[in-house]
Amino acid sequence: MLNESGSNRRIFMEGYRNGIPIGLGYFAVAFSLGIAARDYGFSALQGFFASLITYASAGQYMGFALYATNTTLAELMILMFIINARYILMGFALNQRMPEGTPLRTRLLVGSCITDEIFGITIARPGVPTPYYTFGALIAAVPMWAVGTALGISMGNILPARIVSALSVALFGMFIAVIIPPARKDKAVLGAVAVSFALSYASVHMPGISALSQGNRTILLTVIISAVFAALFPRKTEDSEGGAVDAD
Amino acid sequence: MQINVYLYILVMAFATWLMRVAASLVMKKPVKNRFFQSFLYYVPYVTLAVMTFPAIVEATQSPLAGAAALIVCIAAAWFGQGLFTVAVLGCVTVLILEFFL
Repeated sequence: MLNESGSNRRIFMEGYRNGIPIGLGYFAVAFSLGIAARDYGFSALQGFFASLITYASAGQYMGFALYATNTTLAELMILMFIINARYILMGFALNQRMPEGTPLRTRLLVGSCITDEIFGITIARPGVPTPYYTFGALIAAVPMWAVGTALGISMGNILPARIVSALSVALFGMFIAVIIPPARKDKAVLGAVAVSFALSYASVHMPGISALSQGNRTILLTVIISAVFAALFPRKTEDSEGGAVDAD
Repeated sequence: MQINVYLYILVMAFATWLMRVAASLVMKKPVKNRFFQSFLYYVPYVTLAVMTFPAIVEATQSPLAGAAALIVCIAAAWFGQGLFTVAVLGCVTVLILEFFL
């Protein structure tokens, strides 16, 4: 543990660097979220504040929309639990890679940074998840999310639609960069990704399932597909060093 | 009566945060169960794959441009390009294609 602070600083900077492209993608998405938030009666300052402390795209969109319908705080809470429930699974995946004896505050700090994208780059990074990395990414990305929301509210459609359209692909590009390298190395992951694409596409058009929100479709498909692959293609049991998720 | 908007935002953020830390609050050590380990191994890839498709095709003005970006990104990632490069290639693909479509 010699030189720990120097190495922590380096890990923080690594997270910060990787958080920048995420922030750029966030900016575009937040801008369109801001346009919606303005329609639901939020000021730029309120939108900025909401994005800064919530940093959840689908959840915030729903939260903004509900505000306009005079929902109660209890209803809001329950609906936010449901729409953000995929973060529970992500939290389990990250905690699974932390050895026994990891302090609760470390677990809480790592968990607090979970967004779809930060989870993605954290799980792709070999070794034990550390708050220095996740906070580096969070500090790079979330301000752009908040500023994008405020600008979307205050400036509406000032950005040409073509630019917004191109930027909106950035987030998905990052997802793809996380899932494809392990899929190339592990046939079971490749199969899981292919099945996920197919069933996700089908679920959008399937009666019943298509009525669910996108967040809930994501949870349902994640649980089913991961469980089936876990049953059909189980991993070799590994110890607590978190090696089970390391594809490299 | 309309709830105070800042209180509303605080509740929204708190409920979201609880989901983020729920696992941190209950897990003390990695789970040994082989099925659960395998399940968690697949979760990230499945989640991200489900969120990517077909959403990427719906995010762009022209679905064709989104589909092309999907293919370009998969190819770039397959041949070892990093996070940022893959994301930028996807954006550039859409920008160029939507100029013509």
